[in-house]
Amino acid sequence: MTIETTNKKFSSQANVIGPKITVRGLTKRFGNELLYSQFDLDILGGAITCIFGPNGCGKSTLLNVIAGLAPYDSGRILFGEKTLKETKVGYVFQNYRDALFPWMRAVDNIKYPLKVAGLSKIQQKLRVEELIALFSTKIDLHRYPYELSGGQQQLISIMRALATGPEVLFLDEPFSALDYEATLTIRDKLQEVFQLSCLTTVMVSHDLEEAVYMADKILLLTKRPTRVAEIIDFYAERPRTAATLSEKEFIYTKARCLDIFKREVYK
Amino acid sequence: MSKIKSTSALKLKMISLLASNIGTLIILLLWWGIAQMQLINPLLLPTPQETLVTLWVSLWQDLPQDFFLTLYRSLYAFVIAAVMGVPVGIILGSNEQIYYSCEFLIDFFRSTPATAMFPLFLIIFGIDDFSKIAVAAFAAWLIVFFNVAYGVMSTRKTRILAARVIGAPRWRIFFDVVFFETLPQTFIGLRTAISLTLVVIIVAEMFIGSTNGMGQRIIDAQQTFDLKQMYASIIATGIMGYSLNQVFLVIEKRFVHWKGK
Repeated sequence: MTIETTNKKFSSQANVIGPKITVRGLTKRFGNELLYSQFDLDILGGAITCIFGPNGCGKSTLLNVIAGLAPYDSGRILFGEKTLKETKVGYVFQNYRDALFPWMRAVDNIKYPLKVAGLSKIQQKLRVEELIALFSTKIDLHRYPYELSGGQQQLISIMRALATGPEVLFLDEPFSALDYEATLTIRDKLQEVFQLSCLTTVMVSHDLEEAVYMADKILLLTKRPTRVAEIIDFYAERPRTAATLSEKEFIYTKARCLDIFKREVYK
Repeated sequence: MSKIKSTSALKLKMISLLASNIGTLIILLLWWGIAQMQLINPLLLPTPQETLVTLWVSLWQDLPQDFFLTLYRSLYAFVIAAVMGVPVGIILGSNEQIYYSCEFLIDFFRSTPATAMFPLFLIIFGIDDFSKIAVAAFAAWLIVFFNVAYGVMSTRKTRILAARVIGAPRWRIFFDVVFFETLPQTFIGLRTAISLTLVVIIVAEMFIGSTNGMGQRIIDAQQTFDLKQMYASIIATGIMGYSLNQVFLVIEKRFVHWKGK
């Protein structure tokens, strides 16, 4: 592998816009119950889409189906013109404790995707240094995950997910197992990273305020059988801060999402 | 100043050492009291001092030979059990269909006392040393492979998914994830197995034509009414079992450092 292709392949800072995701005619059953039936969805490339919806509507299932972690009965999912196999994706799990490898040091966790991709030791080391600079983190990466705080562990998970410079990043309620302080820190770190890169991000959230705060687009889902209720844009500038939360635009968008949510839940 | 500090630290250490051995001291004291007051026929219960003296004297005579023969047989059986148990456990654990088709058989043999199979093994392997080792290995093998299989089956799915989404091929997921996930349970199996091999070997030495080993030594002492020797040998065997367990705990702590964290 030449250096040039390596850079193209593994640098997340390269400003290639992430692919759009198209879901067509998705059908997914849970036992006898139909969760998704002839479900269509377009997710904007290079933007952050937050999925929000009633309990049990299958937010995480949708994420896992698109990410290839859960099987589905029929339908077609494309990333730009490519299939999942041809696309590089990263995935951040809700439960970092179960997702990191506790037998590896933090740094080896981050390196693992690079090792799988067949990079040399030196390339792995360089890429980790790049990621450390990107996140400007001071975590002692030679510790084992269980020696780190929850927030630090989730940050390691995110760095691992971004290690190979994916085109698409999936996050499944990445903050719900964290305390408030860690949530704020990691949200801001993620925003910084998103500003630098243009990857397509899909995040499931159970907190509407968080969903709006992070999103370019909020994807609202209905109750089962699940359909798209609406997709709401939120254009506030980045980096968003605590002040964003009290801006008119934010309050308006959140209220609108809540209305749609209520309409769908009590229908 | 620092001298005071270090002596008080030493004092604290002594106190904690004492506290963690208080049960042992009470038992020794009780033993000593009962033997001293001759509440039990002194032929049946020698004093702890006499017993320890016998142990010390035997250490310079023929006890080490019996000790190491028993240790050798136990470890031999254990190695067979581990080498044959781990792969079988992995195969059974990763193919649930095969596991369920063997479930009855596994449960049946797990519930059958290994010692009940002595006669069978005597027929198969003859009356020499190896039949004892074979019985112990068989019993320990069941424990090892059962624990490994259980470990493989109860692997956390999230880590496998995490490796899959990273793009790891199946063989990598197996060696980089499943193997390590299984390690804690594997060690539980190995530790239980080494205790069990010692139990079976001791019993085998007692009752199936042995001329040496700790089991033979204990039963010999009892038959010739040399109870000091019997107690001394029991204590020596206890030390062996305890040390094996401790060695395993140390190894386990090193290799499965993440366990319970």
